[in-house]
Amino acid sequence: MKRPKIRIGVTGLNAIDNPGPGVPVIRGLLEASSFDAHIIGLAYESLEPGIYMHDLVAKTYQIPYPSSGADQLMDRLAYIHEKERLDVIIPNFDAELFSFIKLAPKLKAMGIHTFLPTLDQFEERLKVNLPEFGKKYGMHVPKSESIYQVSDHKKHMDELGWPVVVKGKYYDAGIAYNSEQLAGYFNKISAKWGLPIILQEFAHGTEFNVTGLGDGYGNTISAVPMRKQYITDKGKAWGGIAITDEKLLKLTRHFIKETKWRGAFELELMKNKKGEFFLLEINPRIPAWVYLAVGVGQNIPEAYVNLAMGKAVQPFESFESGKMFVRYSWDMIVNLSDFEKISTTGEL
Amino acid sequence: MKINKHIAVSDSGFVFNPVTGESFTANPMGIEIIEMLKQERTIAEIHETLLQKYHTEHTTIEKDVADFFELLKNFSLIDRHETTEN
Amino acid sequence: MEKLRYERPLIKRLEGHMPSKFGMRTDYTPKTHIDGVAVAELISQHGSPLFVISERQIRENMRRARKAFETRYPRVQFAWSYKTNYMDAVCSTFHQEGSWAEVVSGFEYQKALNNGVDGSKIIFNGPDKTDSDLDLAIGKNSLIHIDHLDELYTIQELAKKQGVTARVAIRVNMDTGIYPMWDRFGFNYENGQAWTAINKIMQSDAMELVGLHTHIGTFMLSPNAYATAAYKLAELARNVRLKYNHEVSYIDMGGGFASTNTLKGAYLPGSDVSPSINEFAEAITTALINSDFPQNKLPLLILETGRALIDDAAYLLGSVITNKRLSDGRRSTILDVGVNILFTSFWYDHKITPAQPFTQYTEDTVLYGPLCMNIDVVRENINLPLLNKGDQVVIHNVGAYNMTQWMQFITLRPKIVMIDLNHQVHVIRENETLQNLLELERVPDHLKKFDL
Ligand SMILES: Cc1ncc(COP(=O)(O)O)c(C=O)c1O
Repeated sequence: MKRPKIRIGVTGLNAIDNPGPGVPVIRGLLEASSFDAHIIGLAYESLEPGIYMHDLVAKTYQIPYPSSGADQLMDRLAYIHEKERLDVIIPNFDAELFSFIKLAPKLKAMGIHTFLPTLDQFEERLKVNLPEFGKKYGMHVPKSESIYQVSDHKKHMDELGWPVVVKGKYYDAGIAYNSEQLAGYFNKISAKWGLPIILQEFAHGTEFNVTGLGDGYGNTISAVPMRKQYITDKGKAWGGIAITDEKLLKLTRHFIKETKWRGAFELELMKNKKGEFFLLEINPRIPAWVYLAVGVGQNIPEAYVNLAMGKAVQPFESFESGKMFVRYSWDMIVNLSDFEKISTTGEL
Repeated sequence: MKINKHIAVSDSGFVFNPVTGESFTANPMGIEIIEMLKQERTIAEIHETLLQKYHTEHTTIEKDVADFFELLKNFSLIDRHETTEN
Repeated sequence: MEKLRYERPLIKRLEGHMPSKFGMRTDYTPKTHIDGVAVAELISQHGSPLFVISERQIRENMRRARKAFETRYPRVQFAWSYKTNYMDAVCSTFHQEGSWAEVVSGFEYQKALNNGVDGSKIIFNGPDKTDSDLDLAIGKNSLIHIDHLDELYTIQELAKKQGVTARVAIRVNMDTGIYPMWDRFGFNYENGQAWTAINKIMQSDAMELVGLHTHIGTFMLSPNAYATAAYKLAELARNVRLKYNHEVSYIDMGGGFASTNTLKGAYLPGSDVSPSINEFAEAITTALINSDFPQNKLPLLILETGRALIDDAAYLLGSVITNKRLSDGRRSTILDVGVNILFTSFWYDHKITPAQPFTQYTEDTVLYGPLCMNIDVVRENINLPLLNKGDQVVIHNVGAYNMTQWMQFITLRPKIVMIDLNHQVHVIRENETLQNLLELERVPDHLKKFDL
């Protein structure tokens, strides 16, 4: 049977040392058995490596930054849609998700499908709301407090203890061992991401991640846990191994069932000496290491697209254990004329 | 005023300096002036050509062209030493 | 030969980390007309800078807001917050749309009376009401929202003297999870001050407790905070019912809904992140309906919404004085609009668009005002097309707090016009003149003569 052709726009083509998930997502899509993927790249910057990977990406368009507003993004997507007739868009950047969630109904009306968390799900899992999230859904989270002034940290240190993780509202974090360091991070991070600053109890232990996919009705379509083998100085996994920890899988299914999570996600967890897992963060999108999930038999990008297209998707029941990923970098030779084209016309 | 001879200029407004490896983009007016510089036209000639072709005043052109040359100098697209006289 | 449109030459370095904006639409879709009237025409008729208000937009905003609340709750009353914009023409438009007046000073109170608002439909808020202000407001049967205990006692005395019962409410401040907490106004909920004030009122013959008021802050982005506030006021109302068998007749939720402006430092523009009026309405009305007000005795819901109803109904037109390159190579553009008339540029990144079509070429620029003051920065960094001297720009969303907080500094304040529903332009405030100002000044005789 001939596989249907599906035209998919993918962002996050920045396959650099702090990589966006776009390129691994595309690899998953191209390996899909249920459809024939035609990939349109959506890039913010002219040096995102994915733009130049012509065997993966048929054509790339630059899109405006989320900060220029949803209206402009919409105009640009309308232009791209006119040329490319997109069926699905997979946004992969944290910073753009809010805009895409807001635009989803409009995109749907144009015939472009997405499969994103609801705005409530998106906001509930924000770092500031994590303590409440933990309470509501019965999940262990580290103690944390939001502060608006550096001096306010004093009230909380008895409870949180040193060292403490100092986190921005959206991004950025540092580990402070004393008040001076805390003040340093507070100033640096709040200057960039605003207030409040979140102080989180430092969780000792081993870090684990889970990526998965929920269907929006509480069913787990996919869940693959991973333990980082090697971590770069940017805190990114450069190698990781798929693990079959039943406790982690149970916790993930609980998360999906309770929140009725819709779309892809990554859970960041810490396991302490007693073997308890603490949820540190929920990223409401596909992680950059998703190709490991594809490699062990759970093609999350493929299932994501099928869900977006409204197809019934059978949950993945298992995955192959004993596989790991090792990331590497690769120098492409690019014609300057390609760079010229994307730089001057915004298309390549 | 001498523009660096090796500089490649394309219709799309892409300007490339193969010596330094730097690339730039310019608007059509910028490209037009760079092309005139490549043909070794004097500043006065450049002013005159623009004045004939576009709806504007001499003072505006003089100010904007001087500012543009300043940018070209900053970007090392014209020789720093040869800028006072044309 | 017809001459071509001039655009200044531009060259930019392509940097790896910087996306090129060329070939793409950015923030500068020109705004050539406001409600069908050409910007160029407005400036040539009335000068630059110029404030322009759209009557149509005010009415639309008001109707949308009323619909949002009235479809969810049976009894709703808006009161126009004068300080947000007290141009008489603006206030009158709101009054025509059914809004009462909400004022915070004797001056604003007089303005409301002057506009023909009946005293009983004026809500008098604020910490600074003089004895004579209060005396007048009591006599006119206005709704007086008490801010502090001294005021409470003064009202009691004045009402007794007049032999009438003053209609009062208290302003309540509370923790709604919002930072900073506006606890300097009114009586605190959590520490029991509010309940104490209520008891004092209930035990006095000179005052009738008609309502409960709160105003939790301004430019609020969280509808939830309003739900919390509504629950707390409902709780106070319940305690009044239980102890005194008395129903307050209204709950006043104040103002504070965010407009679509973009706060400085925000990553996403306000037009994307500010909740809609429906979201605020949903939060407030659900909380009130779910509280235990007796069936069919729901209190009147009063809203003092300011900026969310007027911000996008006004524009400030300006012109380019000149372009300069700064010492560090950045481009700067100097406008005839400064922070003296655009006070809100201290906390917003106002949307600014050219008033005439341009090519797609743009440049990052600093926008300065015309004052000889370093603080006179309208936008620290904005990507705009290549503006020339004399080109005109439109500054959006300036309706709230500019035409009231502007100052006469270095220059005179400009004219304000309003475009009516038939595209007719009306001057609603004239240019300030030297004469206006000199009328207020006096020079002592011994200073009148000098030789230079
Ligand atoms: C008591 C009161 N009501 C209403 C308002 C109007 O607020 P906004 O313009 O934020 O809606 C204010 C403004 O500060 C106020 O103090």
